[in-house]
Amino acid sequence: MFATILFFVFAAVLVGAALGVVLARNPVHSALLLVLCFVASAVIWLLLEAEFLGIVLVLVYVGAVMVLFLFVVMMLDINVEQLRKGIAGYWPIAVAVAGFVVFAMLNVLVARRLGGLALKTAPALPAGYSNTRALGEVLFTRYAYPAQVAAVILLVASVAAIVLTLRRRPGLKPQDVAQQVAVRAADRVRLVKMPAERRP
Amino acid sequence: MWQWDPIRTWLSGQIGEYWSLPLLTAVQILMVMVCLILVMAFYTLAERKVIGWIQARRGPNRVNLLGIPGAAQPFADVIKLLFKEILIPADANGFLFRLAPFLSMVPALAIWAVIPFAPERAFAKIDAGLLYILALTSMGVYGIILAGWAANSKYAFLGAMRSAAQIVAYEIAMGFAMVGVLMAAGSLNMGDIVRAQSGGPLSWNWFWLFPLLAVYFISGIAETNRAPFDVAEGESEIVAGFHVDYSGMAFALFFIAEYVNMILISALTVIFFFGGWLSPFQGYLPESSLLAAPGFFWFGLKTLAPMFTFLWVRATFPRYRYDQIMRLGWKALIPVTIVWLLVEGVMVYCHVGPWKGQV
Repeated sequence: MFATILFFVFAAVLVGAALGVVLARNPVHSALLLVLCFVASAVIWLLLEAEFLGIVLVLVYVGAVMVLFLFVVMMLDINVEQLRKGIAGYWPIAVAVAGFVVFAMLNVLVARRLGGLALKTAPALPAGYSNTRALGEVLFTRYAYPAQVAAVILLVASVAAIVLTLRRRPGLKPQDVAQQVAVRAADRVRLVKMPAERRP
Repeated sequence: MWQWDPIRTWLSGQIGEYWSLPLLTAVQILMVMVCLILVMAFYTLAERKVIGWIQARRGPNRVNLLGIPGAAQPFADVIKLLFKEILIPADANGFLFRLAPFLSMVPALAIWAVIPFAPERAFAKIDAGLLYILALTSMGVYGIILAGWAANSKYAFLGAMRSAAQIVAYEIAMGFAMVGVLMAAGSLNMGDIVRAQSGGPLSWNWFWLFPLLAVYFISGIAETNRAPFDVAEGESEIVAGFHVDYSGMAFALFFIAEYVNMILISALTVIFFFGGWLSPFQGYLPESSLLAAPGFFWFGLKTLAPMFTFLWVRATFPRYRYDQIMRLGWKALIPVTIVWLLVEGVMVYCHVGPWKGQV
């Protein structure tokens, strides 16, 4: 009962925030509403006892990806009105994409997974069930190689992104830290011993 | 010793389990919050006193409490901040400007839900406790970024940018250090991490994972934006960084969040590397003696040591230059953790050290 109320509250927050992402005028507000979306869907995952997935969603998307996103959005000087000028012409494509996504989700979630169009709640889990343990068992036994291949692909992608954006500007004079660390006092300061002058 | 169970059974007899459980949990949460805020208040006093002594000054000594000079300084500060006006700059984004202090305060307090204070004494004994901590510490950065952006001030924005880049960079090193801890414990559950270290000070993680301890604590200092990593609020360059436009209690919330985070990093260092609530005499004194028994006493006592180190570090080291911070994070700390994770993997594989008994 309580879980159902929580579900509907957070589902409403999720839908509202998702609409806000698209409709907000300020891009920073959009990014923040996207964060709210992630948090709300993480809570829904927690309600399904998928604690590992829920927390990882917050950790990866809220904690790292969206921070960088915000970082960029805040620094850009975007002229929102300019961008919004021709946006009304795209609505047929938007409706088509949205319709397809809704159809696909209905097909997978309602028709196939839960059997029939009548909405059912997810099956109850056994008492000692630990989502973290279950995921770990699957990930490190059955899908060990696919997981590692995915990791390598991501690594290659991030290295490629760095190489593509790397630019060497000539004429820069950065500090050589190794040289700075190796400096000793004798290299910089010369102590001169002088006899005291005697009063004539 | 405080006995909780009789109260629980009495109250559930009065109003039923359905209402008594949330009520009692709320009371417990409130107790922990109040204790934390009190510890935080006196931690600020300790900071000023300790740094004063290190620099051959007296520190605060005007507001007396029970005849101790300066002991009531935290209360004086709180009263001062409470009565100050909260100014909101005319061009600021009002809603986000008001929201930001809460966004930095809430994660700082929410993390304490999974901290095991004593054996079987944690609000949530969840299996993904370590991940929960990582997730919530990474949420704390939003308060800082939003404060910097919403104030519509260049100084604040620069501070927020510096802080965000720094926190994202050091989170990786911190996460890797935690991976080492979970390899040693074989669990993400905070209670299990402590229990896996039982057997005296030499079987605590600090001995076998010393490089990770160093990395964890250094990145902890960087995550909390403390000196020598406090470029986010470097007064000599950008006034006060991200909270330059905040006043009164709005500023105090950032302040409280920072100090609660310092206490939290100290507590986590103790849990991960110094055996949490385990007694240092375990294995040396007979199991029945009072000193060898695990309990909150040991956890609290051990937490004071990293808390002092925070102050000691602040009084000792000059502030890092910004490029040096990035260099240290990416080019020194992360490679150290990766190398030590490999070493640890070999140790686990060959059953060396604390992994002797494992299959």
